[in-house]
Amino acid sequence: MGYTENELAKDLENQEYKFGFVTDIESDKAPNGLNEDIIRFISAKKNEPEWLLDHRLKAFATWKTMTEPSWAHVHYTKPNMQEICFYSAPKQTKKYESWDDVDPEMKETMKKLGISMEEQKRLTGVAVDFVMDSVSVATSFKSKLNELGIIFCSFSEAVQEHPELVRKHMGTVVPTSDNYYAALNSAVFTDGSFCYIPKGVRCPMELSTYFRINEGGTGQFERTLVVADEGSYVSYLEGCTAPQRDENQLHAAVVELIALENAEIKYSTVQNWYPGNKEGIGGIFNFVTKRGICERNAKISWTQVETGSAVTWKYPSCILKGDNSVGEFYSVAVTNNYQQADTGTKMIHLGKNTKSTIISKGISAGKSQNSYRGLVQIHKNATNARNFSQCDSLLMSDECGAHTFPYIECKNSSAKIEHEATTSKIGEDQIFYCQQRGIHIEKAISLIVNGYCKEVLNQLPMEFAVEAQKLLEISLEGSVG
Amino acid sequence: MNDTIQVNKLNAFIDQLTKTDLPFSKDIIAISDATIASNDFPTTRTEAWKYTRVGKISSIHGNDSELIIDKISDSHIIDANALTFVFENGELIQQFSNKEIPKGLDIKSISQASETELALIGKNVKLEKEVFNSLNTSYATDGIFVKIDDKIQLEQTIQIIHIVTGENTISNMRNLIQIGRFSEAKIIFGYFSSEATSSFTNVVTEIFVSENAKLTADKIQYESAGNFHVSTEQVAQEKNSNFSINTITLNGTLVRNNLNIEIDGSNCETHLNGVYLLKENQHVDNHTIVDHKAPHCESHELYKGVIDDKATAVFNGKVFVRKDSQKINAFQSNANVLLSDDASVNSKPELEIYADDVKCSHGSTTGQLNEEAVFYLRARGISKKSARHLMVSAFIEDVISKIKNEEVTNFTHSIIKEQFGWEF
Amino acid sequence: MIKISNLHASINGKEILKGLNLEVKAGEIHAIMGPNGAGKSTLASVLAGREEYEITEGSVDFDGQDLLELSTEDRAREGLFLAFQYPIEIPGVSNINFLRTSLNEIRDYKGEEQISAKDFLAKVKEKSALVELDSKLASRSVNEGFSGGEKKRNEIFQMAMLEPKLAILDETDSGLDIDALRIVANGVNKLKSDKNATIVITHYQRLLDYIIPDFVHVLYDGRIVKSGTKELALELEEKGYDWIKAEVEAH
Repeated sequence: MGYTENELAKDLENQEYKFGFVTDIESDKAPNGLNEDIIRFISAKKNEPEWLLDHRLKAFATWKTMTEPSWAHVHYTKPNMQEICFYSAPKQTKKYESWDDVDPEMKETMKKLGISMEEQKRLTGVAVDFVMDSVSVATSFKSKLNELGIIFCSFSEAVQEHPELVRKHMGTVVPTSDNYYAALNSAVFTDGSFCYIPKGVRCPMELSTYFRINEGGTGQFERTLVVADEGSYVSYLEGCTAPQRDENQLHAAVVELIALENAEIKYSTVQNWYPGNKEGIGGIFNFVTKRGICERNAKISWTQVETGSAVTWKYPSCILKGDNSVGEFYSVAVTNNYQQADTGTKMIHLGKNTKSTIISKGISAGKSQNSYRGLVQIHKNATNARNFSQCDSLLMSDECGAHTFPYIECKNSSAKIEHEATTSKIGEDQIFYCQQRGIHIEKAISLIVNGYCKEVLNQLPMEFAVEAQKLLEISLEGSVG
Repeated sequence: MNDTIQVNKLNAFIDQLTKTDLPFSKDIIAISDATIASNDFPTTRTEAWKYTRVGKISSIHGNDSELIIDKISDSHIIDANALTFVFENGELIQQFSNKEIPKGLDIKSISQASETELALIGKNVKLEKEVFNSLNTSYATDGIFVKIDDKIQLEQTIQIIHIVTGENTISNMRNLIQIGRFSEAKIIFGYFSSEATSSFTNVVTEIFVSENAKLTADKIQYESAGNFHVSTEQVAQEKNSNFSINTITLNGTLVRNNLNIEIDGSNCETHLNGVYLLKENQHVDNHTIVDHKAPHCESHELYKGVIDDKATAVFNGKVFVRKDSQKINAFQSNANVLLSDDASVNSKPELEIYADDVKCSHGSTTGQLNEEAVFYLRARGISKKSARHLMVSAFIEDVISKIKNEEVTNFTHSIIKEQFGWEF
Repeated sequence: MIKISNLHASINGKEILKGLNLEVKAGEIHAIMGPNGAGKSTLASVLAGREEYEITEGSVDFDGQDLLELSTEDRAREGLFLAFQYPIEIPGVSNINFLRTSLNEIRDYKGEEQISAKDFLAKVKEKSALVELDSKLASRSVNEGFSGGEKKRNEIFQMAMLEPKLAILDETDSGLDIDALRIVANGVNKLKSDKNATIVITHYQRLLDYIIPDFVHVLYDGRIVKSGTKELALELEEKGYDWIKAEVEAH
């Protein structure tokens, strides 16, 4: 007879993580644990200027006074900071002159990730900054970007080559004291990406970074800083995967976006960190602080497709400081097995005529817990602010949870805020309708889920949207033929 | 967290209170005492009090107020035909209360009830870490005891009126309402003040709606400015029961309502409606929890508010659907209109769903009056002021029209007219 | 083509079909009429394989196969098509994507090659003209925001695309204005051949002025109690169902 939901749920549980492989490269690791010496070690290793070391040490001092937040709707054993290795660089750190010089094994890793450089270069026109564990190993398309004055490099390189830009902007959107994980990141971050688009320049290609946690027991603390100068435009893509391991790995990143007057930043993430196995063992703790600030007439748009990580704690936010600025948040979050996600956004309206849109689509399966948590804050001077939020949850099993926690704070009478949320089961009559047209239940579910996420997937650049759709299918499709 | 030693205001606060002599179970009193001993008044760091500061309550220095009411004014009676019981500062005033009690109904002050009759006191209401509930339990003054037998259709509405009088008066009123199986009843709660300032009324009402029973409650809060009010209704619904409550808040400096409804049996229906109209420096905070613990139930929640001057409104509505509570339809809606640039609103509609075959939704809107519509009315010769009043009236009438008791509707309209000048 | 013998089906323990017999041969059009609650839609649902219904007795032979043993999608792949009384909306899934998935899964089942994009689009163009369906509807989400008439026409469009052996039209005429009814009926008539068959379930005789049935059956209380030609439909239209009820009860 028919394929029941229970059978589907079983298939979902048995779904293997398709990106679980370990690259065997000798790593240059720091001793485990966290203290001032480790921070000095990281800073020295990276040949950093004195101001940056001071910045790290101050952040560390702040972090020591803070406690891990517990308000999110997630439960996990807090990582022991003394057991984590805070620095791990692939041993071979010299810069590659050409793509042919890159370690074949590393190339293989990239190939498994589906981002073979040759192909990327040739076919997609995407410039990739590949971050394996902590050090950026390869960048491409540099010369083309150079011509336009666009800087796109690893964070460490930016510290060496463009210290004035880094010093000016770093920590201005996410201050070191912002929260526990942001403080930790500010103290121990190892690498990340830096991007600067000069005045009036429209970046002609999608900029892309691939993050990957390789070494067991390492925390990944990358830092991304994107500065779009007046009247410029950039679309930035970020993809994340990690190999399969039994222990929980910590990932605490900080992303800061700065959109100056009339600038626009589109930031898209496809996150597929290892979610742990079907018993809930292992997987990444993804505790990320992402925030952007918009000056006058600027726009920041966050799009995320989250299918991975054991625990996700992530709220890409917009501070709409300038008049007429616009913030957008489009999110798909899928949880399965024992995954827990607490994700959403904050839209802080400070300027006049500011506008924000929130579209969040949660999908819960297995025994997972999926929460939307969002803040819409209209300040006193934000005359004529507008917000529209739509948060939908789709339930795929009777053992999972779907939760919605919106915070709406309004201090201006001319504001208009609309929030809507729905929670429902995947439509049985929709499945039946598809089946009556000859479509297998698994395909039917994938079709319906993709349709349900359409508004968000539409925001992704073409090649990313295809990858995201595949990921959704992998996360939710069973293996039954 | 900041663990520096601070003066515990709660310790100082209880010094002025008298321990209750009501026959509550010793265990319940012990839990309340322990909560009071180990906690302080909540601060905005506590999630449930994020938007509401209670500092002014903690600094009230209470007196033993004399009871001063010698006659009951019409403005304190909502339904003249109802079976009425009047309390002043938490104590029952016999002379204004009905003596003829219909058959099947046991109604009296809590102090007249026996320990066995009060066995349900504290059964569902949360005491751990809940300072106001614990204060109410350990220092309860008095309250109403209502018990309706099985299979009784009570024609007459029960009306409980509480009037706070005097300066710095602290009243801890505790009520227990039990509706028997297959019975039906209507109850009105009215909270008023008379020549009162800086008073604090802290009410806990425990309501038990048995199998197949139906209870409709209308609650009107109209204490004058300068007074503080915290109240908790803890409701338990058994299977096939129907419970509706309309909460209408029209005045008071600081009002906090906790409405907690636990739906323990299947096939229940629950309605929660609320209206809050605020001006000056008022602060009104409605916290509601609808906890679906059983399958095949539906709940409907609609709260609307109009906020003027420097007032602040808070709405926090939470819907839980527990594991295995399938086939739940739960709807929640909160709408706010801000009339002034200094007014503010914080709205937090929440859903926590642990079952899959459910239909739940919530919506929240905040905005101003539709100025296009105001303009349209003005173009038809209506003054700007009247046009706005009309629009506000239409906005809240949506909720007020849910009140079934005409006396309550008329009373509400008359207060709104008196307080705000809005016509219906 | 299809032979239904002594079919009994119930839902939530309540028996709806109580020994229904019906045989439809290739090239034929059968109309099933009956009062509300007679079991007309239940019959359509049971044949399409809705799982809420329990088959307690009887058999259904579909071109030599035991239909009741097949899953819903395999019934569709074998060529059974149900035009839904209330077509389902699927937000975010375009009509075109939906149909292509459907068509390719059916082809895959039959061991045929996937249809090329070019052929597919040509087919969409041809078949949508058949039911005068605006080609813009093809790129919109399945049935979402369609008017009642558009939904029904979309069902016939899908039927034209999938070319089933047996089509069951469940109250396809209800809620249609006369223009839409004409278009829908016209579509059905054009698709008629000596290799396929159609079962038209309807409450009203009106549709049968446009789709001329070879046989008309009256379904009452879970059984077919009377069969005839299209004249029977006219008689029902004129006299209502009461005389049928009386006749049945007299037996």
